[in-house]
Amino acid sequence: MTEPLIFEISSPGRCGASLPACDVPRTPLPAGMVRDDLSLPEVSEVDVIRHYVRLSQLNYGVDKGFYPLGSCTMKYNPKVNEVAARLPGFARTHPYQDPDSVQGNLTLMFELQEYLKELSGFAAVSLQPAAGAHGELTGVLIIRAYHQSRGDSKRTKMLIPDSAHGTNPASTSMCGYTTVEIKSDARGNVDLEDLRAHCDDTVAGLMLTNPNTLGLFDEHVLEIADLVHSCGGLLYGDGANFNALMGIAKPAQLGFDVMHFNLHKTFSTPHGGGGPGSGPVGVSQRLAQFLPGPIVVPAMAEDGWVGGPAEHADEHAEEHTGKHTEEHAEECHALRLAMPKHSIGRVKSFYGNFGVLIKAYTYIRVLGAEGLRQASQDAVLNANYLMHRLKDVYPLPYDRTCMHEFVLGGPPPEAEGVHTMDVAKRLMDYGFHPPTVYFPLIVHEAIMIEPTETESKATLDAFAEAMIKIAEEAVIDPDLLHSAPHVTPVTRLDETRAARRPRLRWVPPRQD
Amino acid sequence: MTYVPHSQAERQAMLAAIGVDRVEDLFADVPEALRFPKVSLPEPLSELEILQELQWMSESNADLDHYACFLGAGAYNHYVPSVVDHVISRSEFYTAYTPYQPEVSQGTLQTIFEYQSMICALTGMEAANASHYDGATSMAEAVLMAVAVSRGRRHKVILSPTIHPEYRETVRTYTQGMGLTVVGDDPGKLREGIDLDLEALKALLDSDTACLIVQNPDFFGQMESPAVLQELADAVHEAGAMFVVSADPISLGLFTPPGDYGADIVVGEGQPLGNAISFGGPYLGYFACKDQFKRKIAGRLVGETVDTHGRRGFVLTLVAREQHIRREKATSNICSNQALCALAAGVYLATLGKRGLRTVAELCYHKAHYAASQIAALEGYELVSKEPFFKEFVVRFPRPVSELNSYLLDEWGIIGGYDLGRVYPHLAGCALLCVTEMNSKGEIDYLVEALTTANFQIEGSAGSREVGS
Repeated sequence: MTEPLIFEISSPGRCGASLPACDVPRTPLPAGMVRDDLSLPEVSEVDVIRHYVRLSQLNYGVDKGFYPLGSCTMKYNPKVNEVAARLPGFARTHPYQDPDSVQGNLTLMFELQEYLKELSGFAAVSLQPAAGAHGELTGVLIIRAYHQSRGDSKRTKMLIPDSAHGTNPASTSMCGYTTVEIKSDARGNVDLEDLRAHCDDTVAGLMLTNPNTLGLFDEHVLEIADLVHSCGGLLYGDGANFNALMGIAKPAQLGFDVMHFNLHKTFSTPHGGGGPGSGPVGVSQRLAQFLPGPIVVPAMAEDGWVGGPAEHADEHAEEHTGKHTEEHAEECHALRLAMPKHSIGRVKSFYGNFGVLIKAYTYIRVLGAEGLRQASQDAVLNANYLMHRLKDVYPLPYDRTCMHEFVLGGPPPEAEGVHTMDVAKRLMDYGFHPPTVYFPLIVHEAIMIEPTETESKATLDAFAEAMIKIAEEAVIDPDLLHSAPHVTPVTRLDETRAARRPRLRWVPPRQD
Repeated sequence: MTYVPHSQAERQAMLAAIGVDRVEDLFADVPEALRFPKVSLPEPLSELEILQELQWMSESNADLDHYACFLGAGAYNHYVPSVVDHVISRSEFYTAYTPYQPEVSQGTLQTIFEYQSMICALTGMEAANASHYDGATSMAEAVLMAVAVSRGRRHKVILSPTIHPEYRETVRTYTQGMGLTVVGDDPGKLREGIDLDLEALKALLDSDTACLIVQNPDFFGQMESPAVLQELADAVHEAGAMFVVSADPISLGLFTPPGDYGADIVVGEGQPLGNAISFGGPYLGYFACKDQFKRKIAGRLVGETVDTHGRRGFVLTLVAREQHIRREKATSNICSNQALCALAAGVYLATLGKRGLRTVAELCYHKAHYAASQIAALEGYELVSKEPFFKEFVVRFPRPVSELNSYLLDEWGIIGGYDLGRVYPHLAGCALLCVTEMNSKGEIDYLVEALTTANFQIEGSAGSREVGS
């Protein structure tokens, strides 16, 4: 089952849109500047709709079924979020409007900054970064700016545990730092001896994912923070796994100096097939002035104010318990955009992925503090339950209580010649999206499973049963796995061919 | 409402299976003193309540459905055909993630392949990626790529001062740790306020230059001719550097694509292509280049291949360049794209097609010129822009721009132009106005009437008036 390319259903002279006639006098077009041709498709509106609807049916999404992609937090995307982001009063506002005319937007952003501060314990937040990796780059630039502001130019190294996300070293290189890998110990924690050996006055910081990509909460997080701080470095937190921590622990209290959030993971905004996401960054007080901006501040705040102590959020919470009054409206008419004093600069145009911020804000308001804590607790409960159901059948390299995800060590050893990829592909035949595979790199044949809190026990049981069945098949009939998937729109695709002679676009057939 | 399905009984059954008594026992690794901190957030709301509150909040804004908008400067008010939101609202698209498993992601993969093809057609380039975060970061990625193409041997980046100020800022933010020098964009180098001095830019080219970047149409809406830009491209290539052009994609429906005048990389803001203006995001940055550089492109790329039955299919390809394989050797850390925004752009371009896109571009062009000529005829207003320009133009106002904009907003229900004095001090008193197919002749005439009264009567008409409904 395949669908032709939109170019292949094109027919000269068609147009799927109706546009108004020109109601002003025409101005001659400038000579020598008008293009001759443009090979865009020419299709009707019906063609467009059928083409894209049929394509959508070739996809698997959270709304279709279980999507346990590790480290991606594929939780349910509430529909009210979609309605909220499409409210014309939000969606039809221009970023350069006078701040007085967009106080609703600024209020939402300000309060979201406050909520993220309250959940994480940080002193200030910038909502500007557009994705997790973008937040990471921002965080490392902030660390660099901090050291530079102190005239501390010796620091050239960023320490990164071998259980980190792959983007961490890339973000580090972009900032001119050298990456130094820190080993993990037998329990999946950062190896304290190895860390101690690398901590000196050339260390800019340590980038720690906690819980890490094994799904394990580092048992020595406080010692790690002390070690890094005592050599003058800063502790970066990769917040990709924050879904395990809402209401469970505040990263700032654990010793983190800067962390990015993934609103598209933790705060239920959809992944969109790869984006748009949103990667706000939170920092401790000493880093607040380096945040990218602009950020939203009270209009009355003095220049350079970027965020106060966390108590502020409490006062704000109080305001929301009552009905909206005229005074409240007046009060909200008091926000503006401001650049932190020593900002690293903008990391993109405008103020962040506002449409995504609306969805995250909506989610937080619907759940409240207890609901968020419940979400994290159930995410951890689900992961541990599934881990227990599978650990007697699949190898489990780190057998301890996990957080929101866990990592299996590939297919059962008795299934000779069967690889993790085969298990993943076979899962599709059972109607599931495969987990993350071959990551983290420190586990051979890794299968990284993150069920999230929005899945029922029945779904987890059905998945566990499919995994157990596949483990049996792997021994009895390995070819069934090697040739999987069998029921998908296409079978396994030749990736080598795609890379050897890349065909990255449709080319119009030659008119001979 | 927490979107979690478990009953207490189910939780207990699961805990029993795990072998612990209470869910709290699963968090023993978290330092005890810091475990379960107090979190103060507003009380949870039902769906009805949150929607009422958001409705109230959103209606406190002045939005473009209720106000006439003449503001652009990088975020544009274009018509989005109904089919676009219908398609991107399909949850098969928006609840999927990056297509790591191509067998169950052909929908996303093929839409990206088609998007890449359309971007190549628009720009006159041979390879395009699946998009970056926005126009500004796409430009920053072009700089990283140019430096990578020189194998890190070239350290100078030349930016035209007529590039969007926030794009130039973003390039500086991205490159601050890379030991590059970013030059050329001193606004003082502009001739007659807003004209690009190409000779001054050329004079900066040398063997250390990685790339030279211009925007066309530029930030002020003005266009350079393909012949002049080809000359610049030749000079850039002579110096062994890359020529990068940032372009409004709507303009490319009508005007010569940068591929025809020597561009090596073409980048730009894709928001005008079917994406909501949404207070500045989410948008998408399109990125396209010549075939010879395709293996240096950062981000996601989709390529065509076949499955085990020989059927055509699509996969993420050239991933060896990506951060998740080469990690610290990668030149960029981007590992996602704005897939849903790129989908909207693809649906938009498919729906309009070559005729529709050209019509939109022509409407913008004619309406902007009509508006400019009407305003230029007003006493006290001076048209600073010269031909040729596309959909934006610069006007010197008889009063401070902020004062006049407040008057337009409060008294006439008009969202006025961008105050250029904010970032170009020598252009204080000048506004950048934008006119698109969304502005009817009636609306343009209404703006002209408002500006006429503003010149002599800032305390003018009583009460707020709204138009556009």
